[in-house]
Amino acid sequence: MGHGHGGGGGSGGFVHDDEILGKAYDATLTRRLVSYLKPYGRQVALAVVLLFLMSATQILPPVIAKFIIDTAISPAVSGAITQAEGFARLAMLGAAFVAVLAAASGFRFWQNVLTTSIGQRAMYDLRLQLFRHLQYLSLGFFDRNPVGRLMTRITNDIDALTEMVSRGVVSIFGDLFTLAAVMVVMLLLDARLALLTFLVIPVLVGITAFFRGMMRDSFRAIRIRLARVNAYLNETLSGMSIVQLFTRERATFAQFDDLNEDLYQANRGAVRAMSTFQPSIMFTRAVTSAMLFVAGGYWIIRGELTIGTLSAFWLLLEQFFRPILDLAERYNILQAAMASSERVFTLLDTEATIVDPPDPVELEHVRGEVRFDKVSFAYNEPDWVLRDVDFTISAGESVAIVGATGAGKTSIISLISRFYDVQRGGILLDGVDLRRMRQRDVRRHVGVVLQDPFIFAGTVASNIRLNDSAITDEQVRWAARFVNADKFIERLPDRYDTVVTERGSTLSVGQKQLLAFARAIAFNPEIMLVLDEATSSVDTETERLIQDALQKLMRGRTSIVIAHRLSTIQNVDRILVLHKGRLVEAGSHRDLLARRGVYHRLYELQYRAHETAQT
Amino acid sequence: MTVGAVLAVVPPRFIGQIVDALNVGTELGVVIALALGSVSFAAAEAAVRGFSRYQIINASRRIEYEMRNDLLAHLQTMHLGYFQHQRIGDLMARLTNDLTAVRQMYGFGIVMSASTTMLLLFTVVSMVGVSVKLTILTLLLMPVASGTFWIVGRRVHHKFQQLQSQFGEMSTKAQENFSGIRVVKAFSQEEPEIASFAEVNEEYVRRAVDLARLNSLIWPAMAFIMGIAVLATLYVGGRDAIEGQLTIGQLIQFIAYQNLISWPMIAFGEITNIFQQGWASLLRLQEIFNARASITEPVDPVDAAIRGEVELRGVSFAYGQSIILRDVSFKVPAGGSLAIVGATGSGKSTIVNLVPRLFDPQQGDVLIDGVDVKRYPLEKLRRAVGYVPQETFLFSVPLRENVGFGAAEMLTDTQLQWAGDVSQLNKDVEDFPARFDTMVGERGVTLSGGQKQRTAIARAVAKDPRILILDDALSAVDTYTEAEILRRLRGVMRERTSIVVAHRISTVKDADEILVLEGGRIVERGPHAELLRSKGRYAQMYRRQLLEEELEVDEERDQRDKRLRAEQRDEPSPAAPRLPSERLGLQD
Repeated sequence: MGHGHGGGGGSGGFVHDDEILGKAYDATLTRRLVSYLKPYGRQVALAVVLLFLMSATQILPPVIAKFIIDTAISPAVSGAITQAEGFARLAMLGAAFVAVLAAASGFRFWQNVLTTSIGQRAMYDLRLQLFRHLQYLSLGFFDRNPVGRLMTRITNDIDALTEMVSRGVVSIFGDLFTLAAVMVVMLLLDARLALLTFLVIPVLVGITAFFRGMMRDSFRAIRIRLARVNAYLNETLSGMSIVQLFTRERATFAQFDDLNEDLYQANRGAVRAMSTFQPSIMFTRAVTSAMLFVAGGYWIIRGELTIGTLSAFWLLLEQFFRPILDLAERYNILQAAMASSERVFTLLDTEATIVDPPDPVELEHVRGEVRFDKVSFAYNEPDWVLRDVDFTISAGESVAIVGATGAGKTSIISLISRFYDVQRGGILLDGVDLRRMRQRDVRRHVGVVLQDPFIFAGTVASNIRLNDSAITDEQVRWAARFVNADKFIERLPDRYDTVVTERGSTLSVGQKQLLAFARAIAFNPEIMLVLDEATSSVDTETERLIQDALQKLMRGRTSIVIAHRLSTIQNVDRILVLHKGRLVEAGSHRDLLARRGVYHRLYELQYRAHETAQT
Repeated sequence: MTVGAVLAVVPPRFIGQIVDALNVGTELGVVIALALGSVSFAAAEAAVRGFSRYQIINASRRIEYEMRNDLLAHLQTMHLGYFQHQRIGDLMARLTNDLTAVRQMYGFGIVMSASTTMLLLFTVVSMVGVSVKLTILTLLLMPVASGTFWIVGRRVHHKFQQLQSQFGEMSTKAQENFSGIRVVKAFSQEEPEIASFAEVNEEYVRRAVDLARLNSLIWPAMAFIMGIAVLATLYVGGRDAIEGQLTIGQLIQFIAYQNLISWPMIAFGEITNIFQQGWASLLRLQEIFNARASITEPVDPVDAAIRGEVELRGVSFAYGQSIILRDVSFKVPAGGSLAIVGATGSGKSTIVNLVPRLFDPQQGDVLIDGVDVKRYPLEKLRRAVGYVPQETFLFSVPLRENVGFGAAEMLTDTQLQWAGDVSQLNKDVEDFPARFDTMVGERGVTLSGGQKQRTAIARAVAKDPRILILDDALSAVDTYTEAEILRRLRGVMRERTSIVVAHRISTVKDADEILVLEGGRIVERGPHAELLRSKGRYAQMYRRQLLEEELEVDEERDQRDKRLRAEQRDEPSPAAPRLPSERLGLQD
């Protein structure tokens, strides 16, 4: 359905938003993302409480371990209490340990399930909102944005956001809570030792800040280069026969190798960063624990600290360092999500250019008069596709529009369906400007048969009636019969219930076209628009059926056809000749021929093949 | 790895000694000495571990790189039939997801299993040194952790696949909707479409939550099991300590060992999964490597220059069960022209595919200059053939590179202009922002169907081929432009061989010979005029295409014939209607 405006298509300057990279944190985007959690406020609150409980219970086991050592084992060993008393305390504290452990695990599980489902629910809403939004965007938007890109937005990008909501954000909160809890418990156990431990914090901040830069650049480079490698692979595989026919294997391979090597280098950078980062954190931990033992040892020798407390500190150290080791992964998730959310929100912020009026006119009974009132139209100004086009098609009249490729024929069809709005003049249906009606009202009265018949996954019948349950089975069959589609449908394995696949690959081009005819007639519109441009890949038998169906479609209603076939042109009441976006001639086939103008020349071209036949 | 593991086992020993020393009562100097010892070992371990990790992970990246290159190189040798059989989407999935799984197996999988095994070995040995009883206790509990992980992991994997398949459903639904948005809008189907997308979306979320429930079980369970292990040590070891069989320092040392192996034990489950997935993926990649190209280089290549005589001798061809061509024979002399017509599915495209060996026939021979095409080196053969396929495929590179795709070197501007002129592309190019340097595809201009076809024609012509093949390559070009292209091609092809497949009679009628194909057989052959005279299928086809117009415009025809005769007298060159294209504005 490409309208011929080759130039300037790309210069419209849409952002190549696949390369939006994302910072790890962006306040505006985050706020907007968080707004999707609002409907789930109560669950979020519960999740936060659980998170808190989880962190609190998680750090208790080391504390209990301290008591086991200090109040049970040590005194029993030194003889301060009896062995039996020691065993009893051991058993009691052990029971407490199990209880705490069970609670921590329970909280953690509950919290995980809750946050994931909140994330999924919220992103379900966002995904549906995005889909709905896209449904009502104007066709011009779809001309500019390839299907693949839109699909990535609605699937992968939203998934990245879900990941962030349910894993990234929560884990970060969890980590912060845990860190805070560890610090509080350390302070309570022994303030001096705690403060000594905290000395490591600036060091950790320094190390992570240093590596964060490295990792950010690497992750970013990897993401871009991987996308390039895969895009190149996809294209090469799709066009492999061309590569082979044009003996481009070596050149193609060399180019691919470059991209692949680039990717490898980027990965290498990330591997280097990661394999330095983790050991340096681990080393820092070792130094910290050595410090703990030296200082703790000093205080123990002076009798100011117990061995149990020192052991507890040592066990807590583990919980102190784990979140930091996971930082890299968290960072990657956040970064990807920020980039995704930016892309998704950009899409959501794209405004529909074709909108319904606030006070729409409703036509009681549509007669089907179509009027173009000095219409000028461009997909991209100033490349005018139609210039000052003015004509009226009375109700019930059939009109063919002819012209060379690029004359603006297809645009006329699109405009009557109000797929685009005109820049100047107006299009009137029964005297009412299309812009004063609701789009769905306009389209209910205007049936379209498109050049590239689109088949939805479903059955033959569902492709005729679409989702309109008001159309009965009987009407479906009638429509198919009317347009000569019944013959091939009857031959299908399950007739009207035969499953047809995406893009209708089980049907031939001609059959798809007949099905599209049936669909158009089933809705019984007052105005029928038919795009019938060169489709040379239809065999002659089907071609005959199509031509016959075409005539029937046009009978008894306002019909406008972009005709490729002469037979169609000759059967219409009137022909409009478009030339470079202007209406240059109008009249019957015979009149126009006699005038010997543009139409005559166009006709000559079509006719040239006749001559040889007569020799 | 081994060194790393050995080094890792030492620090707990120091810690145990520190604790014991402290318990007994000692000097600070001893503590400092022991602490320094522990730090130095830890430092050495961190360094060794970082280094080996870097080496292995990096090697896995290198393996991934090599495999990716090898896969492409291999796929490039595969025949067209392979790509028709194997969907591109599926191949891409293997080249991305499966390759990732294999890389993880080689990298993370090996790092983890090596370090885990070593660490486990040395730690257990060290543990036995502290307490045999506690070691046995630990070793009984640990497998519970890896086992749980493994079992749950498998079920997670299963649920994950269910989720993935629903993800596919959702993608398909979205794709269908976006591709058919015109129809959706034209029939006001937005709301029903939203409802049906909501359904798919709902199911996706349901499965995701289902997966999450299971997934959320893993880590709490692990933490619980590991916690129990520590407790068991404290409890049992505590009793032993109280009874004097164990020092507190040893107890702490033992817990340190447990910490050391807790992650590796859990990781065992994970490693198993990585290996399972990696292995399955490796097999899938292996399938690609094992696929043999059915179109291969000749054993005894012929080195003669190709002039361009094309001959098919008793050729039959079948796709699986369905026979496409039956006993097809013809000969086009070098420089001659052949046209093939016939209904969809009659085998036209297959015939032209045989010449550059996109397929080989099961029976009969395809010869160029009297030599079987199988005996030419593939590159030589394909260099001699300029091919315009039925479905145009252009690459996302500048127009200049698309046109010069098959040329040995970068095209000169003159060559480019010439190819653009023959294919009637130049006029369109004028309108492009960067002319021939304009990017094609998503990142540049979106070409119309006609523009694409003409670019493909320019690409084939720019190769300067001995044999030019057009496979229904003018279907999206309007009649006028078609006539212009054909006229120019005739000039270009004067000394070259051309084979044209078409539906329109106007495209084929000037060929030296026309073949009419039906059900894979040649049912008629001869030049246009002769075929018309013989009143067979060709004549019938021709009439079908034009009959109605002729019948219905009888009156006009008389007038026009008169007029045409008059015009022909005025204008001596009847070759083509030289309408200044400016006036008609026949650009796509």
